[in-house]
Amino acid sequence: MTDVCDLTGSELAEKLHAGELSAAELTESALRRAEAVDGDVKAILTPTPEVARERAQAVDDHATTGATQSPVAGIPIALKDVLATNGIRTTCGSKILENYIPPYDCTAWTRLSGAGAVLVGKTNCDEFAMGSSNENSAFGPVHNPWNLETVPGGSSGGSAAAVAAGEAVWALGTDTGGSVRQPASLCGVVGLKPTYGLISRYGLIAFASSLDTVGTCTRSVRDAAVLLGTLAGKDQRDATSLDAEVPDYLRALEDGVGGLRIGVIEGTFGEGVQPGVQDAVRTSIDRLATLGAHVDDVSLPTADHTLSAYYLIAPSEASSNLARYDGVRYGFRAEGPHSDSIAMMSATRGQGFGPEVKRRIMLGTYALSAGYYDAYYGQAQKVRTLIIRDYERAFADFDVLVSPTSPTTAFRIGERADDPLAMYLSDVFTIPANLAGVPAISVPCGLDSGGLPVGLQFTAPALGEPVLFRAARALERDLGLELRPPLLAGV
Amino acid sequence: MPVEIDIDHVALLARLGLTDDEKERLRVQLGAILEHAARVGEVAADDVPPTAWAIPRSNVFREDVPEPGLSQAAALANAPDAERGRFKVPRIAETGS
Repeated sequence: MTDVCDLTGSELAEKLHAGELSAAELTESALRRAEAVDGDVKAILTPTPEVARERAQAVDDHATTGATQSPVAGIPIALKDVLATNGIRTTCGSKILENYIPPYDCTAWTRLSGAGAVLVGKTNCDEFAMGSSNENSAFGPVHNPWNLETVPGGSSGGSAAAVAAGEAVWALGTDTGGSVRQPASLCGVVGLKPTYGLISRYGLIAFASSLDTVGTCTRSVRDAAVLLGTLAGKDQRDATSLDAEVPDYLRALEDGVGGLRIGVIEGTFGEGVQPGVQDAVRTSIDRLATLGAHVDDVSLPTADHTLSAYYLIAPSEASSNLARYDGVRYGFRAEGPHSDSIAMMSATRGQGFGPEVKRRIMLGTYALSAGYYDAYYGQAQKVRTLIIRDYERAFADFDVLVSPTSPTTAFRIGERADDPLAMYLSDVFTIPANLAGVPAISVPCGLDSGGLPVGLQFTAPALGEPVLFRAARALERDLGLELRPPLLAGV
Repeated sequence: MPVEIDIDHVALLARLGLTDDEKERLRVQLGAILEHAARVGEVAADDVPPTAWAIPRSNVFREDVPEPGLSQAAALANAPDAERGRFKVPRIAETGS
């Protein structure tokens, strides 16, 4: 049975404005859904029902004054647990921050909260956002609502699963190498990674600072555009925040793809891309051509080296960022006695971090260490330059590029756990956009023969979100998919 | 060829206490990952400049206006150990006799 929590945020905003629905009723609907399914899905680490009810009431009280409400007012939203929330536990999916209560809010939440969004919980994720399956959470894996024995993707697996299952109407994730888009693809929702610097990173607990972006999980392209409109914009608290003017992302949303030049990235139908993914993607590309887009092939020649560059740059930055977890100012400290501070810090970090985080800290520390810096980190930064040039050439000929979001649909929990390199390949189509700083979006484009969702990724030039939304919306409208995880049939 | 790395040295640099099992597993895994990652050397020619940030910004200024910061109590609230308004840690230096 469907409930109001299954509608899109844009549909709900209309009902709220028309007085057909109260924010309190909507919030109860989402909280009821979480109660019904989260024992199986495990998307939410810290539910916040009291905060949610209080805030929903405030939105309803405000509505009775007749004042205009923001399109996000009253919408139940979940935040990935790497986004700092004042007074609400923020764990990063790590034992080392298991009891950390931030004394401040991230800017993304400050903006949504100021516009009346309703926080329903903090979502499970791979530890410090490092992973592609959500199996690296210190608090146990998230289960994909489409098939509970499969992963939801990662690292924002809890955010994507919560939205797919109706536990939240929207969720924020973070995307450093595909961590919003890949789980969105595997859970059948829309996942947006905006241009680097468009949404402030203040309060996004850092993984790889030159790649990290806040992103969104929604059930429609329009909702992604609405959310970005509230989240985007200059923030003095983030020196990398862009000064660019924030356009009206809804203005060209329904303009269609007639006349758009769409480049199909080489490798889209390559080895390693599952047949079910290829079929859904091919059908979508054919539809885009039928709708009037000019479709042709495009190559990003450096693509073969993006994984190598990413798995040097991201761990290098991570090894530096995660140096702050030393058992001194916040977080876990290993039980003593300790002979000195170095012994205390080493024991704390050895016991507090999980295997993937240790692997990346070691990788990054090595890549930055004396004698190896030039061969690894230095070379990786040059590859990054080449990837940026690849995109510049591609966008001289095309308005947007398409590819699968992920080479596979959801895989079974445990299937890739012992093979880090195989796991890293999950992100082969998503990583280049992070290295180049350009925006990309994953849109559901069908189901494979096993009934699992497939996502199509659109990529646009920096600050090209309007054309990104326009192309994604055209496909979404044309396909008209009714996506509802089988799990929800029983609630 | 998998890359051979000195795990003990890197773990000390990273202040990361590892068990013998972890060290052995990481030695093998990092060797394989670095072998793959070293391929960055194949494409990046000398005349290609490095990029640290895809969308570079420099000299980002703001008005120098005082704002309230964290109180001492709030800053210490998450500390594993604190004493008299300070973070408390095991000794960091030998004391003189």
